Amino acid sequence: MDYLKETPSQTAGPYVHIGLAPRAAGFDIFKQELGWDIAGPNAKGERIRVEGCVYDGTGAPIKDVLIEAWQANADGHYAHPEDGRGVEAGFRGWGRVITDFDTGFWGFDTIKPGATPGRNGTTQAPHINLWIVARGINLGLNTRMYFDDCDNSTDPVLNLIEQTHRRQTLIATRSEGDKGVTYRFDIRIQGPDETVFLDI
Amino acid sequence: MKPAEYYMRDRLHHPPAKSENYKTSITRSPQYALLSLEQSLSEITGPVFSHNDIDPLDNDLLKNYGHGGDPVGERIIVHGRVLDENDRPVPNTLVEIWQANAGGRYRHKKDTYLAPIDPNFGGCGRTMTDADGYYYFRTVKPGAYPWRNWVNNWRPAHIHFSIFGAGFAQRLITQLYFEGDPLIAECPIMQTVPDAEAIEQLVAKLDMNASVPLDSIAYRFDIVLRGRRSTLFENRLEGN
Repeated sequence: MDYLKETPSQTAGPYVHIGLAPRAAGFDIFKQELGWDIAGPNAKGERIRVEGCVYDGTGAPIKDVLIEAWQANADGHYAHPEDGRGVEAGFRGWGRVITDFDTGFWGFDTIKPGATPGRNGTTQAPHINLWIVARGINLGLNTRMYFDDCDNSTDPVLNLIEQTHRRQTLIATRSEGDKGVTYRFDIRIQGPDETVFLDI
Repeated sequence: MKPAEYYMRDRLHHPPAKSENYKTSITRSPQYALLSLEQSLSEITGPVFSHNDIDPLDNDLLKNYGHGGDPVGERIIVHGRVLDENDRPVPNTLVEIWQANAGGRYRHKKDTYLAPIDPNFGGCGRTMTDADGYYYFRTVKPGAYPWRNWVNNWRPAHIHFSIFGAGFAQRLITQLYFEGDPLIAECPIMQTVPDAEAIEQLVAKLDMNASVPLDSIAYRFDIVLRGRRSTLFENRLEGN
């Protein structure tokens, strides 16, 4: 069959911020940068903050990562025509964050998503889809973040992970403090506690 | 019928996560096997952008950061189509680019290369493909620059591309290189790509017909995203 071949991936390199987050690179060019507002002011559901670090194989924080988040709204609907169930006005479900150049720390504000449909009539536990690119990452890494205060026991994706102890690498830890509800989600690119990455 | 899930990614056509000759990949490559997923709404949906998200001038790097003048360097047009593996156009999708200036220096607080910053060049642009998947940018040809991998490594002139597609599974970042550049064969990052045919896909071709006489020379760069089946998976689990 005559199919085209997907264009090969290349690393986003150390200067990904110039293109995708120019203010972080140190200059202001576009009237509006994209991806800073995932849910919008009108969004239903619990307001949360998600924070963490991405660690390399030596255990050091990676300080030049760009992470994109893709999530459903509080009802579990995606803001996309192929979902078709609709979302509230202003809810986008997509965000883009970069790490702090000095600490490697990243975070974004959003709302807690609802459960979404899986295949064959299953239900997926609430989760945020993440995509990670940086210098040295040749093909963007897909993973998911789940919530430790949800029932994840029947999630069809978590249950696919054969080494059951690795399932916890996809589960964020809730805390409540001055800044409100925060979920901590560290990502380990390599090493014994390596995060489960997905071939989607 | 609604389009459905995406074709499986041919990972042998992409660079492996770990490429010994590209040193940074050594500690930034997962060691364990990826978990293979069947796609759900989480993967076949993705962010939707509109022309309201960007400005009409955002694709003109000759003008979008002008501080009273034009950038230094060879004026070029980069244009092409975003297609999927079925040779169908990917319309209304966001394409973002970033690059060094003509001297090989990025406008980035972490770039310390000796070449000067160009006061009239930001180095980034973005646009939406039209209904036929077509896009174009005006910019200057970026310069080659040295980098710390092996001591004497130089990056070929290149432009970074970020493309969304219709679903999160199509998300892709890649790089455009320029036809005829002798540094391509020397570059450890280009060499992460496994075979000659795949490398050829990353090399933009000189396109004299699209050049503007006495103004700008053109390069053509078509981008292929993942294809997809034609049937909705809830209705027909076996696909095509």
